[in-house]
Amino acid sequence: MTQPLQPPRRKNPLERTRLPLLPPAKRSRRAHDLTRAAAEGRFALHACESCGTYSYPPREACPACLSDRLVLRDAPDGGELLSATKAEVPADNYFRERAPWSVGLVRMDGGPTVLCFLNPRCRPGDLVRLQLRLDRAGQAVFYAFPAGKGQAMSERELSEDPQWRELGADPQHRRILITDGRNPVLMPLVAALHGAGAGEIIIGLSESWKPFAHRDALAAMDKVTIVPLDLTDERSVIDLARDHAAKIEILINTADYLRPGPLGGASSLNAAREAMERLYFGQLRLAEAFAPVMIARGADGDAGAAAWVNLLSIYAQVHDPAYATYSGAQAAAVALSQGLRAELAKGGVRLANVFAGPTDSEWYQTSAQPKVSQSAIAAALVDALKRGMEETYVGDTAKDLHARKQRNPKALERELAAGLEG
Amino acid sequence: MHADSPLSGFALALATGAVSIVDLTQTLSPDFPTIVMPPELGQSMPVRIERISHYDAAGPAWYWNNISFGEHTGTHFDAPIHWFTGRDLANNAVDTLPTAHMIAPACVIDCSRESADNGDFRLTRDMVLAWEAMHGQITSGSWVLMRTDWSQRAGAAYANLADDGPHTPGPDAEVMRFLVEERAVLGFGTETIGTDAGQGGHFQPPYPAHHYLHGAGRYGLQCLCNLDQLPPMGAMIVAAPLKIQNGSGSPLRVLALVPSSGR
Amino acid sequence: MGPGLRGGRKGYDGVVLAAPVTVPYMRFSIESTAWWVGRALAALSQASGIAHQNFDGFSLASFSTAPDTAIGLTQHFGLSPRFVDFIPMGGASGIVSIRHAARAVQAGDADIVACVAADTNHVNSFRHSLENFSRFSQDAVYPYGTGGPNVSFALIAANYMRKYGAARADFGKIAVAQRSNALKNPHALMKKPLSMEQYMNARAIAEPIHLFDCVMPCAGAEAFLVMREETARAEGLPYARLLSAIERHHAFAQDAIQERGGWVQDIDELYAMAGVRPQQIDVLQTYDDYPVISMMQFEDLGFCRKGEGPDFVRQHDLTIGGSFPHNTSGGQLSAGQAGAAGGHLGIVEAVRQVTGRAEGTQVANAKLALASGFGMINYDRGLASGAVILAGNEP
Repeated sequence: MTQPLQPPRRKNPLERTRLPLLPPAKRSRRAHDLTRAAAEGRFALHACESCGTYSYPPREACPACLSDRLVLRDAPDGGELLSATKAEVPADNYFRERAPWSVGLVRMDGGPTVLCFLNPRCRPGDLVRLQLRLDRAGQAVFYAFPAGKGQAMSERELSEDPQWRELGADPQHRRILITDGRNPVLMPLVAALHGAGAGEIIIGLSESWKPFAHRDALAAMDKVTIVPLDLTDERSVIDLARDHAAKIEILINTADYLRPGPLGGASSLNAAREAMERLYFGQLRLAEAFAPVMIARGADGDAGAAAWVNLLSIYAQVHDPAYATYSGAQAAAVALSQGLRAELAKGGVRLANVFAGPTDSEWYQTSAQPKVSQSAIAAALVDALKRGMEETYVGDTAKDLHARKQRNPKALERELAAGLEG
Repeated sequence: MHADSPLSGFALALATGAVSIVDLTQTLSPDFPTIVMPPELGQSMPVRIERISHYDAAGPAWYWNNISFGEHTGTHFDAPIHWFTGRDLANNAVDTLPTAHMIAPACVIDCSRESADNGDFRLTRDMVLAWEAMHGQITSGSWVLMRTDWSQRAGAAYANLADDGPHTPGPDAEVMRFLVEERAVLGFGTETIGTDAGQGGHFQPPYPAHHYLHGAGRYGLQCLCNLDQLPPMGAMIVAAPLKIQNGSGSPLRVLALVPSSGR
Repeated sequence: MGPGLRGGRKGYDGVVLAAPVTVPYMRFSIESTAWWVGRALAALSQASGIAHQNFDGFSLASFSTAPDTAIGLTQHFGLSPRFVDFIPMGGASGIVSIRHAARAVQAGDADIVACVAADTNHVNSFRHSLENFSRFSQDAVYPYGTGGPNVSFALIAANYMRKYGAARADFGKIAVAQRSNALKNPHALMKKPLSMEQYMNARAIAEPIHLFDCVMPCAGAEAFLVMREETARAEGLPYARLLSAIERHHAFAQDAIQERGGWVQDIDELYAMAGVRPQQIDVLQTYDDYPVISMMQFEDLGFCRKGEGPDFVRQHDLTIGGSFPHNTSGGQLSAGQAGAAGGHLGIVEAVRQVTGRAEGTQVANAKLALASGFGMINYDRGLASGAVILAGNEP
């Protein structure tokens, strides 16, 4: 049986750091529909639009009616465990060095049978719940855990399973860098990370000569350190990386610079440049300084480097003219993040983008309700880490805009141009 | 140099140490505080230094950087065009600045004791008159430098920001009008960020140093240091800003030539 | 034999198998698969006395000829066939190959079809074939660290044991008997006896599958000729008559987990076409990638009812001289699994048995043999199943 995860011991400097290996990443194009669902934290399967049949593994036509109109549809996540085993000597090195792996066949409530990773408490005949998660290679896999009466498992109990931990970036015992302590999400984020059992939290603070309201409150906290870090200054980023890059398992990039306004507003060019400096170049400077070390530490013990999170805005994806230049910088940050994600993936390190709607902060003062609270953003960010997601949308406005963009991007563009927020 | 050259005596003085050179310049670095404006207004870019190469793949035998900064960062010079009051004057930008103004005598008024514990200290006309009573009248065409020892502070203590803005010493409106109109100074220099007091926006007129100096075609120097090494009178200031086309100011190296006897 | 067969299906009257050959297996080979095909063709030519240029049919089963297919290899080996078949179908390929070739010679599309199965085994071949086995495997099996069929069969075996009361020792009896048989087959890779104690104490691969439940991947080739009976007589070759054959793929999709193979759907026709009953079969060659699959075949091929497999094993001696001679060459478990040739192994041994040329593994008076094929673990189960009944030329 599993044991609670212990805080990692200090490394033995005489031992080689284990190099990151990855599980097999090759998938068919159809199978990446599931990657998409897993990236968003959904449980979904291919469903036939003609006859409704769920099918798995991913196919090019419905096995029931041969329709090719197979769509990704949210599916019931329950099932029954038919059979279970443990792979003791897998052929693949990634699995071999982590063996044994519990796997099982589950008859899903939606119909198909799935070969999945299995919580070791599951027994054949048990009712189970399934999740679609991204593995260390960033590809979708199924994980099943007990869900019968009296068998439900807490998040903490689940995290005792090493297989489970490979499918997320739980902050527990991990050391975390928050890159811009001046982001108003800071205090709720620190609280949420503490609640999740994070290790040391390192907070970057730019322009330390300017007042910082939370200095005393943070100084009074255990395992919190404030360090100088200015994302617009190459040397500042590099200097911090020299001291801390090898001691950070989760990097949370909170860089932001919101100056609302359409094109042609007062000093919009300067504001746009500053937003790019922080959101785009800031991420780039961080990537150059921190990513190589994090990649190398992707398998460094039970709590090795695990994730990079960019806290972004929904305007990164929905380019509201009222936030014209801000949207540009946000979109640039997303574009860059995909290159960074591909790099980090070499070490099995995840990259998540959290897209928040307008918040209750000063620069969204006149933005229409509903707005999202900083604590909701912090909670969603920590949840995305635990579940190993790649993107999450926080707040009703962000979810609404995202859904409308999925439905018809041109309609959304016209409505936003006309000032119709919803 | 010919012995009869007007500069031969000067060269000798430098060689013998009879005249020493004091550097009044802060190091131009990314983390040096800059002027803070309300965030909805345009902002000065801070100093940024990004490496081009460092004897590496990007340039195997050489080291160099790209730098960027606003015109008003670090130890810097304010030209008359910087303020609306000086916008229509002739030769009001750094590129048209008369070279004759780049070397001028300095009067140093020591306010360090008064400023030590008082970020809101204001230099007044009476204090200048008292200084003149002791050291003689300020000659026209001189720099007046306000010594506060503020440059010995660092970081937050230097910027001294509160929730109602910065609290740093500076001149009141009356003294600026007096210095410009009655003493015809070349310019006014401080150790703080700005020739005006931190709270100078609340003065009448707002930012009186900028208002009167630049309105009369005079100059400002700020973020100076080492003013404690200058005599009250007798030093010469070398202040030649970058020749930026239509520039409103520029970071620069400010040097003081100081006679040994005057120290 | 038409009566009772679906759709007036024709029998295989006049179709025979001859010249069974084995290219001795090697655990690892640095040769390419084409080398093994070449050795098999040479062995067929030598065994039959027919020049390979006179093989006017060529049926090749293999996983690893890429980038070549059977057509490219005709030039490689100087063949000029008028019938060619390429069957990358694993454990079912032997049965499939026979069925295609039989109809070709029956109809006169070809006279002599060389049915060859060969795969090499480089040190990294196994892993490569796992990675690239099938799309479902790539998408839904290999990413789970299950590394090949071991885990798939562990899940099937665990379910079968739970449902039908099979014990590991029952599987062990099958494996131990085959090892005993293999010691009489000079081509078998396994040369040491296997005791039940060794079987039981072997390390777990994926519970309940332990080391001796698994085949050893190797390089090798198996081959035979399919022709009309008069051709065999004219060439003076001993032969086995093809009495019947069945084939089925992706049967019983509704079964949530595999408990039976596709044989169940067609077994009555197999015996009806042959005009024999299960009890008349003298020697059985099952497809034995795992003992649990052989046990299922005892049921699905009609030797006992579903769920009686464990008892059937307990009540029989499965060795060459026993009450139920099974996998007399040692099967894949003890002779080795030479890729797609695993699907031909039992057929080649069956031809030897009914023609009285099995030498050390010969079952006395073997007249009727049943050989089966199974395979293609595409996702969660073996998709392909097939079987043939062969008779000696003097039944």
